[in-house]
Amino acid sequence: MGVLELRDVTLELGGRRILNGLTVDFWEGHVHALVGPNGAGKSTLAGAIMGLPDYRHLSGEILLDGEPIQDLPVDERARRGITLAWQEPARFEGLRVDRFILAGARERSAATVERVLGRVGLDPEKYATRAVDKTLSGGERKRVELASILAMEPRLVLMDEPDSGIDVEALTRIFDALADFKERGATVIMITHSQEVLKHAEHAFLLCDGRIIDKGAVGRIDDYFGDNCLSCGHTNVPTRNEMAGVAE
Amino acid sequence: MSSPTREQVETARELLASLGDFGGHIKGDDIAHLEVHGNEVVGAHLVPGLQVDVDELDDGIEAWIHLDKGARIAKPVHLCFGMLPAAGLQRILMHVEAEEDSFASVQAHCTFPNAVDITHRMDADVVVGPGATYQYFERHLHGAEGGVIVVPKTRVHVKEGGRFKTEFELIKGMAGVIDFDYEVDCDAHSTLDMIARIIGRGRDKIRINETGHLNGEGATAVLQSHLALRDDAFAEIYNTLTASAPHARGHVDCKEIVQGNAVAKAVPIVEVSHALAHVTHEAAIGSVDSKQLQTLMSRGLDEDAATDLIIEGLLG
Repeated sequence: MGVLELRDVTLELGGRRILNGLTVDFWEGHVHALVGPNGAGKSTLAGAIMGLPDYRHLSGEILLDGEPIQDLPVDERARRGITLAWQEPARFEGLRVDRFILAGARERSAATVERVLGRVGLDPEKYATRAVDKTLSGGERKRVELASILAMEPRLVLMDEPDSGIDVEALTRIFDALADFKERGATVIMITHSQEVLKHAEHAFLLCDGRIIDKGAVGRIDDYFGDNCLSCGHTNVPTRNEMAGVAE
Repeated sequence: MSSPTREQVETARELLASLGDFGGHIKGDDIAHLEVHGNEVVGAHLVPGLQVDVDELDDGIEAWIHLDKGARIAKPVHLCFGMLPAAGLQRILMHVEAEEDSFASVQAHCTFPNAVDITHRMDADVVVGPGATYQYFERHLHGAEGGVIVVPKTRVHVKEGGRFKTEFELIKGMAGVIDFDYEVDCDAHSTLDMIARIIGRGRDKIRINETGHLNGEGATAVLQSHLALRDDAFAEIYNTLTASAPHARGHVDCKEIVQGNAVAKAVPIVEVSHALAHVTHEAAIGSVDSKQLQTLMSRGLDEDAATDLIIEGLLG
Protein backbone atom coordinates (compact mmCIF):
# COMPACT_ATOMS: atom_id res chain seq x y z
CA MET A 1 0.00 0.00 0.00
CA GLY A 2 1.34 3.43 -0.93
CA VAL A 3 1.27 6.53 1.24
CA LEU A 4 -0.89 8.09 -1.47
CA GLU A 5 -3.27 6.02 -3.58
CA LEU A 6 -5.53 7.07 -6.39
CA ARG A 7 -8.34 4.66 -7.22
CA ASP A 8 -10.20 4.92 -10.52
CA VAL A 9 -9.97 8.73 -10.55
CA THR A 10 -11.89 10.38 -13.37
CA LEU A 11 -12.09 14.13 -13.92
CA GLU A 12 -13.74 16.11 -16.69
CA LEU A 13 -12.99 19.73 -17.44
CA GLY A 14 -14.93 21.72 -20.00
CA GLY A 15 -16.64 18.59 -21.29
CA ARG A 16 -13.34 16.78 -21.84
CA ARG A 17 -12.19 13.84 -19.79
CA ILE A 18 -8.72 14.74 -18.48
CA LEU A 19 -8.21 11.97 -15.95
CA ASN A 20 -9.60 8.70 -17.15
CA GLY A 21 -10.11 6.08 -14.49
CA LEU A 22 -6.59 6.61 -13.22
CA THR A 23 -5.25 4.24 -10.58
CA VAL A 24 -1.79 4.58 -9.09
CA ASP A 25 0.16 4.27 -5.83
CA PHE A 26 3.00 6.51 -4.63
CA TRP A 27 5.44 5.18 -2.07
CA GLU A 28 6.46 6.87 1.14
CA GLY A 29 9.90 8.49 1.03
CA HIS A 30 10.36 7.86 -2.68
CA VAL A 31 10.86 10.27 -5.57
CA HIS A 32 8.42 9.67 -8.41
CA ALA A 33 8.37 11.22 -11.86
CA LEU A 34 5.31 11.69 -14.04
CA VAL A 35 6.13 11.89 -17.73
CA GLY A 36 3.92 12.10 -20.77
CA PRO A 37 2.99 14.27 -23.69
CA ASN A 38 1.47 17.73 -23.30
CA GLY A 39 -2.16 17.44 -22.35
CA ALA A 40 -1.78 13.93 -20.93
CA GLY A 41 -3.16 15.06 -17.55
CA LYS A 42 0.03 15.42 -15.49
CA SER A 43 -0.63 18.88 -14.05
CA THR A 44 -4.30 18.02 -13.63
CA LEU A 45 -3.28 14.99 -11.59
CA ALA A 46 -1.13 17.22 -9.35
CA GLY A 47 -4.00 19.70 -8.99
CA ALA A 48 -6.41 16.89 -8.13
CA ILE A 49 -4.09 15.51 -5.44
CA MET A 50 -3.64 19.02 -3.99
CA GLY A 51 -7.40 19.63 -4.16
CA LEU A 52 -7.28 22.84 -6.19
CA PRO A 53 -10.83 24.16 -6.74
CA ASP A 54 -10.89 23.51 -10.51
CA TYR A 55 -9.97 19.88 -9.96
CA ARG A 56 -12.27 18.94 -7.10
CA HIS A 57 -15.21 17.47 -8.99
CA LEU A 58 -13.86 14.05 -9.64
CA SER A 59 -15.05 10.52 -9.18
CA GLY A 60 -12.97 7.78 -7.61
CA GLU A 61 -10.87 8.01 -4.48
CA ILE A 62 -7.69 9.72 -3.33
CA LEU A 63 -6.34 8.07 -0.18
CA LEU A 64 -3.64 9.43 2.12
CA ASP A 65 -2.52 6.75 4.59
CA GLY A 66 -5.63 4.86 3.56
CA GLU A 67 -7.95 7.77 4.46
CA PRO A 68 -10.01 9.38 1.69
CA ILE A 69 -9.07 13.04 1.18
CA GLN A 70 -10.84 13.83 -2.09
CA ASP A 71 -13.51 15.89 -0.31
CA LEU A 72 -11.04 17.95 1.74
CA PRO A 73 -10.18 21.52 0.76
CA VAL A 74 -6.65 22.58 -0.21
CA ASP A 75 -5.68 23.97 3.19
CA GLU A 76 -6.79 20.84 5.04
CA ARG A 77 -4.77 18.66 2.68
CA ALA A 78 -1.80 20.97 3.27
CA ARG A 79 -2.20 20.63 7.01
CA ARG A 80 -2.01 16.86 6.47
CA GLY A 81 1.34 17.37 4.80
CA ILE A 82 0.65 17.72 1.06
CA THR A 83 1.90 20.74 -0.86
CA LEU A 84 2.51 21.88 -4.41
CA ALA A 85 5.32 23.77 -6.14
CA TRP A 86 3.76 25.48 -9.14
CA GLN A 87 5.29 25.38 -12.60
CA GLU A 88 5.07 29.17 -12.54
CA PRO A 89 4.94 30.42 -8.94
CA ALA A 90 2.53 33.23 -8.09
CA ARG A 91 3.68 36.82 -7.62
CA PHE A 92 2.64 38.60 -4.45
CA GLU A 93 2.87 42.34 -4.69
CA GLY A 94 4.44 43.81 -1.58
CA LEU A 95 4.58 40.54 0.35
CA ARG A 96 8.04 40.05 1.77
CA VAL A 97 9.98 36.87 1.15
CA ASP A 98 10.37 36.17 4.88
CA ARG A 99 6.63 36.61 5.52
CA PHE A 100 5.85 34.31 2.60
CA ILE A 101 8.25 31.64 3.82
CA LEU A 102 7.00 31.76 7.39
CA ALA A 103 3.31 31.69 6.39
CA GLY A 104 3.29 27.89 6.35
CA ALA A 105 6.53 27.17 8.19
CA ARG A 106 6.66 24.54 10.89
CA GLU A 107 9.15 26.67 12.89
CA ARG A 108 8.36 30.37 12.53
CA SER A 109 11.68 32.04 13.20
CA ALA A 110 14.32 34.15 11.50
CA ALA A 111 16.62 31.15 11.70
CA THR A 112 14.19 29.17 9.54
CA VAL A 113 14.17 31.91 6.89
CA GLU A 114 17.95 32.01 6.90
CA ARG A 115 18.27 28.24 6.69
CA VAL A 116 15.84 27.63 3.84
CA LEU A 117 16.97 30.59 1.76
CA GLY A 118 20.54 29.44 2.16
CA ARG A 119 19.50 25.95 1.08
CA VAL A 120 18.13 27.24 -2.22
CA GLY A 121 21.18 29.44 -2.76
CA LEU A 122 19.64 32.83 -2.01
CA ASP A 123 21.47 35.16 0.36
CA PRO A 124 19.07 35.85 3.28
CA GLU A 125 20.58 39.30 3.76
CA LYS A 126 19.62 40.25 0.25
CA TYR A 127 16.39 38.37 -0.21
CA ALA A 128 14.50 38.07 3.10
CA THR A 129 13.05 41.58 2.93
CA ARG A 130 12.42 41.72 -0.80
CA ALA A 131 8.92 41.30 -2.17
CA VAL A 132 7.76 38.11 -3.91
CA ASP A 133 6.80 40.16 -6.95
CA LYS A 134 7.94 40.99 -10.45
CA THR A 135 11.24 42.33 -9.18
CA LEU A 136 12.29 38.70 -8.69
CA SER A 137 13.15 36.71 -11.78
CA GLY A 138 11.21 33.53 -12.54
CA GLY A 139 14.12 31.44 -11.28
CA GLU A 140 14.36 33.44 -8.05
CA ARG A 141 10.63 33.07 -7.42
CA LYS A 142 10.92 29.36 -8.04
CA ARG A 143 13.68 29.14 -5.44
CA VAL A 144 11.73 31.26 -2.96
CA GLU A 145 8.75 28.96 -3.42
CA LEU A 146 10.92 25.95 -2.80
CA ALA A 147 12.33 27.63 0.31
CA SER A 148 8.78 28.10 1.61
CA ILE A 149 8.13 24.40 1.05
CA LEU A 150 11.35 23.42 2.82
CA ALA A 151 10.21 25.53 5.79
CA MET A 152 6.86 23.76 5.77
CA GLU A 153 8.52 20.32 6.10
CA PRO A 154 5.76 18.53 4.18
CA ARG A 155 5.19 14.79 3.90
CA LEU A 156 4.36 14.88 0.21
CA VAL A 157 5.61 17.41 -2.33
CA LEU A 158 4.12 17.82 -5.78
CA MET A 159 6.54 19.58 -8.11
CA ASP A 160 5.18 20.75 -11.44
CA GLU A 161 8.07 21.04 -13.89
CA PRO A 162 10.70 22.09 -11.34
CA ASP A 163 13.21 22.89 -14.08
CA SER A 164 11.08 25.17 -16.24
CA GLY A 165 12.36 28.71 -16.74
CA ILE A 166 15.45 28.44 -14.57
CA ASP A 167 19.21 28.44 -15.09
CA VAL A 168 21.74 25.71 -14.32
CA GLU A 169 22.66 27.16 -10.92
CA ALA A 170 19.03 27.30 -9.84
CA LEU A 171 18.49 23.75 -11.06
CA THR A 172 21.39 22.56 -8.91
CA ARG A 173 19.74 24.19 -5.90
CA ILE A 174 16.45 22.54 -6.72
CA PHE A 175 18.20 19.17 -6.72
CA ASP A 176 19.68 20.08 -3.32
CA ALA A 177 16.18 20.73 -2.04
CA LEU A 178 15.05 17.44 -3.53
CA ALA A 179 17.83 15.72 -1.59
CA ASP A 180 16.57 17.44 1.58
CA PHE A 181 13.04 16.18 1.01
CA LYS A 182 14.30 12.67 0.49
CA GLU A 183 16.59 12.80 3.50
CA ARG A 184 13.65 13.76 5.69
CA GLY A 185 11.60 10.90 4.29
CA ALA A 186 9.18 13.04 2.29
CA THR A 187 7.45 11.63 -0.77
CA VAL A 188 8.01 13.58 -3.97
CA ILE A 189 5.99 13.51 -7.18
CA MET A 190 7.61 15.47 -10.00
CA ILE A 191 6.11 16.37 -13.33
CA THR A 192 8.85 16.73 -15.87
CA HIS A 193 9.92 16.60 -19.47
CA SER A 194 13.59 16.84 -18.52
CA GLN A 195 16.00 13.91 -18.57
CA GLU A 196 18.18 15.85 -16.13
CA VAL A 197 15.34 15.96 -13.62
CA LEU A 198 14.35 12.36 -14.33
CA LYS A 199 17.78 11.20 -13.14
CA HIS A 200 16.75 12.21 -9.63
CA ALA A 201 13.63 10.05 -9.61
CA GLU A 202 13.41 6.47 -8.40
CA HIS A 203 10.23 5.51 -10.23
CA ALA A 204 8.60 6.83 -13.37
CA PHE A 205 5.02 6.78 -14.55
CA LEU A 206 3.97 7.40 -18.13
CA LEU A 207 0.68 9.21 -18.58
CA CYS A 208 -1.34 9.31 -21.76
CA ASP A 209 -4.96 10.26 -22.18
CA GLY A 210 -5.45 10.65 -18.45
CA ARG A 211 -4.24 7.14 -17.65
CA ILE A 212 -1.03 5.54 -16.46
CA ILE A 213 0.01 3.49 -19.45
CA ASP A 214 3.33 2.30 -18.05
CA LYS A 215 5.37 2.53 -14.90
CA GLY A 216 8.65 1.23 -13.59
CA ALA A 217 12.36 1.96 -13.80
CA VAL A 218 13.15 5.52 -14.83
CA GLY A 219 15.51 4.53 -17.67
CA ARG A 220 13.02 2.18 -19.27
CA ILE A 221 10.11 4.62 -19.08
CA ASP A 222 12.28 7.43 -20.39
CA ASP A 223 13.45 5.28 -23.28
CA TYR A 224 9.89 4.28 -24.09
CA PHE A 225 8.74 7.92 -23.95
CA GLY A 226 11.60 9.02 -26.20
CA ASP A 227 11.15 6.20 -28.69
CA ASN A 228 7.38 6.15 -28.89
CA CYS A 229 5.62 9.18 -27.42
CA LEU A 230 7.67 11.98 -28.95
CA SER A 231 7.10 10.67 -32.46
CA CYS A 232 3.56 9.45 -31.79
CA GLY A 233 1.02 10.68 -34.31
CA HIS A 234 -1.98 10.54 -32.01
CA THR A 235 -2.67 13.02 -29.24
CA ASN A 236 -3.28 11.37 -25.94
CA VAL A 237 -5.20 8.44 -27.33
CA PRO A 238 -3.33 5.34 -26.28
CA THR A 239 -3.30 2.44 -28.68
CA ARG A 240 -4.25 -1.05 -27.70
CA ASN A 241 -0.56 -2.03 -27.54
CA GLU A 242 0.28 0.84 -25.19
CA MET A 243 -2.57 -0.07 -22.92
CA ALA A 244 -1.29 -3.64 -22.85
CA GLY A 245 1.85 -2.31 -21.18
CA VAL A 246 0.01 -1.06 -18.11
CA ALA A 247 1.05 -2.98 -15.05
CA GLU A 248 -1.52 -2.56 -12.32
CA MET B 1 5.01 77.62 22.72
CA SER B 2 4.80 77.61 26.49
CA SER B 3 5.41 74.56 28.64
CA PRO B 4 2.39 72.27 28.93
CA THR B 5 0.46 72.00 32.17
CA ARG B 6 0.30 68.77 34.14
CA GLU B 7 -3.20 68.18 32.78
CA GLN B 8 -1.98 68.67 29.23
CA VAL B 9 0.87 66.24 29.80
CA GLU B 10 -1.63 63.66 30.99
CA THR B 11 -3.82 64.20 27.92
CA ALA B 12 -0.78 63.89 25.66
CA ARG B 13 0.18 60.68 27.39
CA GLU B 14 -3.31 59.25 26.88
CA LEU B 15 -3.30 60.33 23.25
CA LEU B 16 0.06 58.70 22.63
CA ALA B 17 -1.00 55.55 24.46
CA SER B 18 -3.85 55.15 21.97
CA LEU B 19 -1.22 54.90 19.23
CA GLY B 20 0.10 51.67 20.69
CA ASP B 21 3.52 50.88 19.25
CA PHE B 22 3.56 54.17 17.38
CA GLY B 23 3.32 56.32 20.50
CA GLY B 24 6.80 55.94 21.91
CA HIS B 25 8.42 58.68 19.85
CA ILE B 26 8.70 61.49 22.38
CA LYS B 27 11.69 60.07 24.18
CA GLY B 28 14.90 61.77 23.14
CA ASP B 29 15.93 65.41 22.91
CA ASP B 30 16.90 65.02 19.27
CA ILE B 31 13.36 64.09 18.19
CA ALA B 32 10.97 66.91 17.36
CA HIS B 33 7.30 66.37 18.12
CA LEU B 34 3.96 68.13 18.51
CA GLU B 35 0.81 66.76 20.13
CA VAL B 36 -2.55 68.37 19.51
CA HIS B 37 -5.71 67.28 21.31
CA GLY B 38 -8.76 68.88 19.75
CA ASN B 39 -7.78 72.57 19.59
CA GLU B 40 -5.14 72.42 22.29
CA VAL B 41 -1.40 71.87 22.01
CA VAL B 42 -0.66 69.41 24.82
CA GLY B 43 2.97 68.69 24.04
CA ALA B 44 5.78 69.94 21.85
CA HIS B 45 9.51 69.76 21.36
CA LEU B 46 11.59 71.31 18.59
CA VAL B 47 15.08 70.77 17.23
CA PRO B 48 17.47 73.24 15.56
CA GLY B 49 16.50 74.12 12.00
CA LEU B 50 12.80 73.47 12.58
CA GLN B 51 10.38 76.18 13.65
CA VAL B 52 6.75 75.59 14.52
CA ASP B 53 4.22 78.26 15.45
CA VAL B 54 0.73 77.32 16.47
CA ASP B 55 -2.45 79.32 17.00
CA GLU B 56 -5.27 77.60 18.82
CA LEU B 57 -8.61 78.10 17.04
CA ASP B 58 -12.11 77.44 18.35
CA ASP B 59 -12.28 74.11 16.57
CA GLY B 60 -8.65 73.17 15.97
CA ILE B 61 -5.29 74.75 15.32
CA GLU B 62 -3.40 76.70 12.70
CA ALA B 63 0.26 75.72 12.43
CA TRP B 64 3.22 77.18 10.56
CA ILE B 65 6.05 74.72 10.05
CA HIS B 66 9.29 76.12 8.71
CA LEU B 67 12.47 74.33 7.77
CA ASP B 68 15.48 76.61 7.57
CA LYS B 69 17.63 76.74 4.45
CA GLY B 70 19.95 73.73 4.40
CA ALA B 71 18.52 72.31 7.66
CA ARG B 72 18.71 68.52 7.76
CA ILE B 73 16.44 67.09 10.44
CA ALA B 74 18.06 63.74 11.07
CA LYS B 75 15.24 61.97 12.90
CA PRO B 76 11.58 61.90 11.88
CA VAL B 77 9.43 64.73 13.18
CA HIS B 78 6.35 63.35 14.93
CA LEU B 79 2.98 65.06 14.83
CA CYS B 80 0.10 63.62 16.77
CA PHE B 81 -3.42 64.90 16.11
CA GLY B 82 -6.43 63.42 17.79
CA MET B 83 -9.37 63.56 20.09
CA LEU B 84 -10.20 61.33 22.99
CA PRO B 85 -13.94 62.18 23.28
CA ALA B 86 -16.48 60.35 21.16
CA ALA B 87 -17.70 63.41 19.28
CA GLY B 88 -16.38 66.72 18.01
CA LEU B 89 -14.58 68.61 15.26
CA GLN B 90 -10.86 69.00 14.84
CA ARG B 91 -9.69 71.35 12.13
CA ILE B 92 -6.01 71.56 11.28
CA LEU B 93 -4.75 74.41 9.12
CA MET B 94 -1.14 73.79 8.25
CA HIS B 95 1.35 75.87 6.33
CA VAL B 96 4.65 74.20 5.57
CA GLU B 97 7.70 75.75 4.00
CA ALA B 98 10.81 73.70 3.45
CA GLU B 99 13.53 76.08 2.36
CA GLU B 100 16.22 75.33 -0.20
CA ASP B 101 18.19 72.11 0.38
CA SER B 102 16.44 71.31 3.65
CA PHE B 103 15.28 67.84 4.64
CA ALA B 104 12.62 66.55 6.99
CA SER B 105 10.58 63.41 7.31
CA VAL B 106 7.32 63.98 9.17
CA GLN B 107 5.25 61.20 10.66
CA ALA B 108 1.73 62.31 11.50
CA HIS B 109 -0.38 60.00 13.64
CA CYS B 110 -4.08 60.76 13.77
CA THR B 111 -5.88 58.93 16.54
CA PHE B 112 -9.58 58.86 17.39
CA PRO B 113 -9.85 55.76 19.56
CA ASN B 114 -13.35 56.43 20.93
CA ALA B 115 -14.87 58.07 17.87
CA VAL B 116 -18.59 57.92 17.31
CA ASP B 117 -19.10 61.26 15.59
CA ILE B 118 -15.78 63.00 14.91
CA THR B 119 -14.81 65.19 11.99
CA HIS B 120 -11.10 65.67 11.30
CA ARG B 121 -10.37 68.25 8.62
CA MET B 122 -6.95 69.22 7.44
CA ASP B 123 -6.23 72.02 4.99
CA ALA B 124 -2.56 72.27 4.21
CA ASP B 125 -0.35 74.17 1.84
CA VAL B 126 3.20 72.99 1.38
CA VAL B 127 6.08 74.62 -0.45
CA VAL B 128 9.12 72.45 -1.02
CA GLY B 129 12.06 74.66 -1.93
CA PRO B 130 14.72 74.02 -4.57
CA GLY B 131 16.64 70.86 -3.78
CA ALA B 132 14.67 70.31 -0.57
CA THR B 133 13.03 67.06 0.51
CA TYR B 134 9.83 66.94 2.51
CA GLN B 135 8.27 63.61 3.39
CA TYR B 136 4.88 63.41 5.08
CA PHE B 137 3.64 60.06 6.32
CA GLU B 138 0.12 60.18 7.78
CA ARG B 139 -1.10 57.17 9.71
CA HIS B 140 -4.68 57.00 10.98
CA LEU B 141 -5.74 54.86 13.89
CA HIS B 142 -9.48 54.74 14.34
CA GLY B 143 -11.74 52.92 16.74
CA ALA B 144 -13.94 49.99 15.86
CA GLU B 145 -17.07 52.10 15.30
CA GLY B 146 -15.84 54.05 12.30
CA GLY B 147 -17.49 57.27 13.40
CA VAL B 148 -14.85 59.53 11.87
CA ILE B 149 -15.07 61.83 8.89
CA VAL B 150 -11.55 62.51 7.63
CA VAL B 151 -11.13 65.31 5.12
CA PRO B 152 -7.48 65.97 4.28
CA LYS B 153 -7.01 68.60 1.59
CA THR B 154 -3.49 69.59 0.62
CA ARG B 155 -1.93 71.78 -2.05
CA VAL B 156 1.77 71.37 -2.71
CA HIS B 157 4.33 73.18 -4.83
CA VAL B 158 7.61 71.36 -5.39
CA LYS B 159 10.27 73.68 -6.72
CA GLU B 160 13.17 72.78 -8.99
CA GLY B 161 15.00 69.66 -7.87
CA GLY B 162 12.77 69.28 -4.82
CA ARG B 163 11.27 66.02 -3.59
CA PHE B 164 7.87 65.52 -2.01
CA LYS B 165 6.73 62.18 -0.74
CA THR B 166 3.46 61.54 1.03
CA GLU B 167 1.91 58.37 2.35
CA PHE B 168 -1.60 58.11 3.78
CA GLU B 169 -2.34 54.93 5.68
CA LEU B 170 -5.52 53.73 7.36
CA ILE B 171 -5.27 50.04 8.04
CA LYS B 172 -6.42 49.65 11.64
CA GLY B 173 -9.95 50.44 12.76
CA MET B 174 -12.91 51.51 10.64
CA ALA B 175 -12.28 54.30 8.19
CA GLY B 176 -15.71 55.92 8.48
CA VAL B 177 -15.76 58.58 5.77
CA ILE B 178 -12.54 59.63 4.01
CA ASP B 179 -12.42 62.41 1.47
CA PHE B 180 -8.77 62.67 0.54
CA ASP B 181 -7.70 65.41 -1.85
CA TYR B 182 -4.06 66.13 -2.71
CA GLU B 183 -2.88 68.26 -5.61
CA VAL B 184 0.78 68.79 -6.36
CA ASP B 185 2.56 71.07 -8.86
CA CYS B 186 6.03 69.91 -9.83
CA ASP B 187 8.72 72.18 -11.24
CA ALA B 188 11.72 71.04 -13.28
CA HIS B 189 13.60 67.95 -12.11
CA SER B 190 11.44 67.61 -9.04
CA THR B 191 10.04 64.31 -7.75
CA LEU B 192 6.61 63.45 -6.43
CA ASP B 193 5.70 60.19 -4.75
CA MET B 194 2.15 59.86 -3.46
CA ILE B 195 0.81 56.70 -1.84
CA ALA B 196 -2.54 55.91 -0.22
CA ARG B 197 -3.07 52.59 1.57
CA ILE B 198 -6.50 52.02 3.03
CA ILE B 199 -8.60 49.14 4.27
CA GLY B 200 -12.31 49.86 4.13
CA ARG B 201 -14.76 47.86 6.22
CA GLY B 202 -18.39 47.96 7.29
CA ARG B 203 -20.12 50.89 5.61
CA ASP B 204 -16.98 52.98 5.08
CA LYS B 205 -17.09 55.53 2.30
CA ILE B 206 -13.75 56.47 0.78
CA ARG B 207 -12.98 59.03 -1.87
CA ILE B 208 -9.40 59.55 -3.00
CA ASN B 209 -8.41 62.35 -5.32
CA GLU B 210 -4.70 62.36 -6.11
CA THR B 211 -3.51 64.89 -8.66
CA GLY B 212 -0.03 65.65 -9.91
CA HIS B 213 1.02 68.22 -12.51
CA LEU B 214 4.43 67.70 -14.08
CA ASN B 215 5.00 71.25 -15.23
CA GLY B 216 8.78 71.33 -15.39
CA GLU B 217 11.31 69.57 -17.57
CA GLY B 218 12.40 66.20 -16.21
CA ALA B 219 9.85 66.20 -13.38
CA THR B 220 8.78 62.71 -12.27
CA ALA B 221 5.83 61.36 -10.32
CA VAL B 222 4.34 58.12 -9.10
CA LEU B 223 0.78 58.09 -7.76
CA GLN B 224 -0.28 54.89 -6.00
CA SER B 225 -3.58 53.94 -4.42
CA HIS B 226 -3.89 50.50 -2.88
CA LEU B 227 -7.17 49.65 -1.18
CA ALA B 228 -8.80 46.57 0.23
CA LEU B 229 -12.55 46.77 0.71
CA ARG B 230 -14.76 44.43 2.67
CA ASP B 231 -18.36 44.18 3.80
CA ASP B 232 -20.39 47.10 2.36
CA ALA B 233 -17.52 49.55 1.96
CA PHE B 234 -17.47 51.88 -1.05
CA ALA B 235 -14.50 53.61 -2.62
CA GLU B 236 -13.93 55.84 -5.60
CA ILE B 237 -10.42 56.72 -6.65
CA TYR B 238 -9.48 59.54 -9.00
CA ASN B 239 -5.81 59.56 -9.98
CA THR B 240 -4.93 62.43 -12.27
CA LEU B 241 -1.49 63.03 -13.72
CA THR B 242 -0.73 65.71 -16.27
CA ALA B 243 2.61 66.23 -18.04
CA SER B 244 3.33 69.38 -20.01
CA ALA B 245 7.12 69.54 -20.15
CA PRO B 246 9.85 67.64 -22.00
CA HIS B 247 11.13 64.46 -20.35
CA ALA B 248 8.50 64.57 -17.66
CA ARG B 249 7.77 61.01 -16.55
CA GLY B 250 4.92 59.66 -14.52
CA HIS B 251 3.07 56.52 -13.52
CA VAL B 252 -0.33 55.96 -11.93
CA ASP B 253 -0.99 52.70 -10.13
CA CYS B 254 -4.37 51.90 -8.63
CA LYS B 255 -5.06 48.47 -7.13
CA GLU B 256 -8.14 47.49 -5.22
CA ILE B 257 -9.21 44.19 -3.73
CA VAL B 258 -12.95 43.88 -3.31
CA GLN B 259 -14.69 41.36 -1.09
CA GLY B 260 -18.23 40.80 0.09
CA ASN B 261 -20.64 43.52 -1.06
CA ALA B 262 -17.96 46.19 -1.33
CA VAL B 263 -17.86 48.42 -4.41
CA ALA B 264 -14.82 50.08 -5.94
CA LYS B 265 -14.50 52.55 -8.75
CA ALA B 266 -11.18 53.73 -10.22
CA VAL B 267 -10.80 56.63 -12.63
CA PRO B 268 -7.23 57.18 -13.80
CA ILE B 269 -6.84 60.36 -15.83
CA VAL B 270 -3.63 60.87 -17.78
CA GLU B 271 -3.06 64.01 -19.79
CA VAL B 272 0.12 64.59 -21.77
CA SER B 273 0.64 67.84 -23.67
CA HIS B 274 4.29 67.60 -24.65
CA ALA B 275 5.66 65.15 -27.21
CA LEU B 276 8.66 64.29 -25.06
CA ALA B 277 6.67 63.57 -21.92
CA HIS B 278 5.58 60.07 -20.99
CA VAL B 279 2.95 58.93 -18.51
CA THR B 280 1.60 55.43 -17.92
CA HIS B 281 -1.19 54.06 -15.77
CA GLU B 282 -2.49 50.76 -14.53
CA ALA B 283 -5.64 50.04 -12.59
CA ALA B 284 -6.81 46.69 -11.33
CA ILE B 285 -9.92 45.99 -9.31
CA GLY B 286 -10.94 42.51 -8.37
CA SER B 287 -11.15 39.82 -5.80
CA VAL B 288 -8.09 38.24 -4.28
CA ASP B 289 -6.03 36.52 -6.96
CA SER B 290 -6.97 32.84 -6.95
CA LYS B 291 -3.47 31.57 -7.64
CA GLN B 292 -2.04 33.59 -4.76
CA LEU B 293 -4.82 32.28 -2.54
CA GLN B 294 -4.29 28.66 -3.58
CA THR B 295 -0.53 28.95 -3.13
CA LEU B 296 -0.91 30.11 0.46
CA MET B 297 -3.66 27.59 1.16
CA SER B 298 -1.37 24.86 -0.15
CA ARG B 299 0.97 25.89 2.68
CA GLY B 300 -1.81 25.26 5.19
CA LEU B 301 -3.34 28.73 5.66
CA ASP B 302 -7.12 28.86 5.68
CA GLU B 303 -8.82 31.18 3.22
CA ASP B 304 -9.21 34.11 5.64
CA ALA B 305 -5.59 33.97 6.81
CA ALA B 306 -4.36 33.71 3.22
CA THR B 307 -6.51 36.68 2.18
CA ASP B 308 -5.22 38.77 5.09
CA LEU B 309 -1.63 38.02 4.13
CA ILE B 310 -2.21 38.95 0.50
CA ILE B 311 -3.81 42.24 1.55
CA GLU B 312 -1.00 42.87 4.03
CA GLY B 313 1.42 42.61 1.14
CA LEU B 314 -0.59 44.86 -1.12
CA LEU B 315 -0.93 47.54 1.54
CA GLY B 316 2.40 46.96 3.26
